[in-house]
Amino acid sequence: MSQGFLSTENLPFCAGCGHGLIARSIEKALQRLEHLTPLDLVVVTDIGCIGIIDKQFNAHTVHGLHGRSVALATGISMGLSNPRKKILVLLGDGGATIGLHHIIEAAHRNIDMTVIVHNNMLYGMTGGQPSGLTPCGFKTSTMPEGRPDSGMDLVKMVHGIGAAYARRIIAAGDVTDALEEALRVRGFSLIEAVELCPSYGVKFNPGRKLPEITEGAGLAPVLLRNESVEPFHTTVRDNTESLLNDVPVPAVEFGHKLSGKVSIILAGSAGEGVQSTAELLAQAAISCGLHVTKKGSYPVTVGVGFSLAEVIFSTEEIHYTGITGIDAALVTSVEGRDKALARLEKMKSGTIYIDSALYAPGSGAEMVIRDYRAPLGARSASLLCAAHFVKRSGFMPLEALLRALSSSRAGKAVDTDKLEQAVCELEREGGAK
Amino acid sequence: MEKQTAFIDGSRLMIEAAVQAGAEVFVGYPITPANLLYAYSSRRFPIVLPAPDEITTLQWMSGFSAAGRFPVTATSYPGLALMIESIGMAFMMELPMVIMLVQRLGPATGTATCGAQGDLSLLHGINSGGQPIPTLCPSNLDDCYILAAESVRLAVRLRCPVFLLSSKEMVMTLQSYDLSRLEPIERVPREYYSGSEAYLPYAAGADGVPPFLPVGGTGHQVRLTASTHERNASLQHSTPEALENTRRLRFKTEHNLHDYTLYEYDKRESDTLLFSFGITAAAAREAAASLEKRGRPISLLVAKTLFPVPTEYLRIMEGYSRVIIAEENQGGQYREILFGKNGRNGVSGVNGIGRLISPNEIEAEVDK
Repeated sequence: MSQGFLSTENLPFCAGCGHGLIARSIEKALQRLEHLTPLDLVVVTDIGCIGIIDKQFNAHTVHGLHGRSVALATGISMGLSNPRKKILVLLGDGGATIGLHHIIEAAHRNIDMTVIVHNNMLYGMTGGQPSGLTPCGFKTSTMPEGRPDSGMDLVKMVHGIGAAYARRIIAAGDVTDALEEALRVRGFSLIEAVELCPSYGVKFNPGRKLPEITEGAGLAPVLLRNESVEPFHTTVRDNTESLLNDVPVPAVEFGHKLSGKVSIILAGSAGEGVQSTAELLAQAAISCGLHVTKKGSYPVTVGVGFSLAEVIFSTEEIHYTGITGIDAALVTSVEGRDKALARLEKMKSGTIYIDSALYAPGSGAEMVIRDYRAPLGARSASLLCAAHFVKRSGFMPLEALLRALSSSRAGKAVDTDKLEQAVCELEREGGAK
Repeated sequence: MEKQTAFIDGSRLMIEAAVQAGAEVFVGYPITPANLLYAYSSRRFPIVLPAPDEITTLQWMSGFSAAGRFPVTATSYPGLALMIESIGMAFMMELPMVIMLVQRLGPATGTATCGAQGDLSLLHGINSGGQPIPTLCPSNLDDCYILAAESVRLAVRLRCPVFLLSSKEMVMTLQSYDLSRLEPIERVPREYYSGSEAYLPYAAGADGVPPFLPVGGTGHQVRLTASTHERNASLQHSTPEALENTRRLRFKTEHNLHDYTLYEYDKRESDTLLFSFGITAAAAREAAASLEKRGRPISLLVAKTLFPVPTEYLRIMEGYSRVIIAEENQGGQYREILFGKNGRNGVSGVNGIGRLISPNEIEAEVDK
């Protein structure tokens, strides 16, 4: 048999084990497939008695982790993406139990492969313990009274999720025809071959026969097909665009009056433009030739609650992006104020720009209290506050921020003229309180 | 060249560099704070697949790698924990791939949106048997780009998984950055076994790295296995050849370490060496610059290769009576890896959790 798919007839299984019978039928079934050579076949196995068969194959073989063979084979099938190649997975009922979701996933996507689950209804390599596919009433070493509930119907499951072909057979006699049919399927095919382990199954269930065990447990042989399902196809996109092509590179067209570094925080609410405002400030700063960093902070449910941003402007390259001392805080909502409260109260200098509806924290900072929410609406509260900060602090021109805004997506929603006008009105409202 | 300053994060640079270097497949499972890497990958990788969980992620990646396509994923500790058995498998099968690990505050689910450098002890001992998995750690945006490409090169060169280790602020903080600094990256060439004799998947030359060949070709049979095996991949309990193969897995990463011992060493006339890596290196750089300005210069060593531990770091440290190791974790994990529980006279740490280590803290330690 040296030209065959198996290199030997001497298989490493106990006398009377169904694994050997199935393997010989696999050989015959593969021989019937036209134009298939051993090197067109990738056999994927994992842990368990059937897993040690890979050594006997003349095909490519990949021997992986317990129960993960179907997932591993999924990667191989998607990676080769070649209908001339056959991916054959051989695993046991133990592997099918621990790796059940891999089987479901592969069946659902109709990955091109054939899976043969050698269901001898127990873990043969470790002493005969029950698996998820052990049928009701079947006795095992750690469940000597027999399984009280029903075993899983794997064939029904993979059919239900969309597999092209799912079939349960009794591993007795020659099962070549069933295996050939499964191997000819384009897409996901699964055979559950029910066997009786000669070491543990017979020992704990003397005198019982496979048809009686399976039928009694409602797991009689069955063939279920989903017609006209397409096998998974790996989409490969050539020449995706560089991620560096769509990044705005603002021209340096403004000057600045900054010496050293300014660190600010923006404290507002989700949906009120805190993060986008911080990024606009950064774009503006870059157009003034400054270095800048921005960090965002918000709850894991990103659409509600506080939204905080930290921005550092500097004339020098910034390495450390943390903020040790806040020079200005732009506070535009209750949630933002509450989240930043401890840090605001610690400010011994600097300026807090805060919406007039909010209770102002006790702090050594200068307070600038204005209505930031009404003039352009709550969604632009953070932007208006930031624009006021830029105008009032004077370290970069307001025009730089307006330019950044008009060239951004946010610029379509906010009228830059109105923003500038609103900032002027806030400034006219008078000095600090 | 004229400056081209953009406002970008490290994730963008990592993914761009990995793809330019030849990474082809991104298998993703969402997890904070690694989601930006997934988002950029979905635009840039030739093949992008959403996996249903992190075990599947690593298994699919291993399958792709076995088929000759270079895979990448990005995760954080909870995802890594699920991947570990499969990473061991990929290491044992000798499958090239890159795992971008973004550290966050643990234990367990910890704080998803808080950075950390707390996975070093775990990475140090990630393989049962202690074989180190090469781990590179960017210390700034330049490194995000350079080391992402280097990690692809290294995975191919050493035929094994490689970690690209970062933390939340390294991949999420936006920074002004001059794009004109970025050189185009050459695609890492994949050289496959082309001999006429039967292919032995685990027969290595003097450098300990066996030639690679994907499964599925019609030239040679390819066997891969996660179990203890001989050069032809046949599963063996503990034959001398199989044990020699297991020893080789350690040898290949350590023997070739000189090829990828990456660090910055800024030497000053000083008795003090400041050592850091990753996100904390930024604070270390600022502290060193500030100390220099006030007339107390110190030497600075920023490590970029963390595992296997380059003994060169210890050799450099021997030249200093004081060594200060700054890292964002409890108790100084890398310090303990370098010096053990007993430590060394003159070696101290600057550590903390739940926040970035600041330059002020480091300066205060130097001033002690």
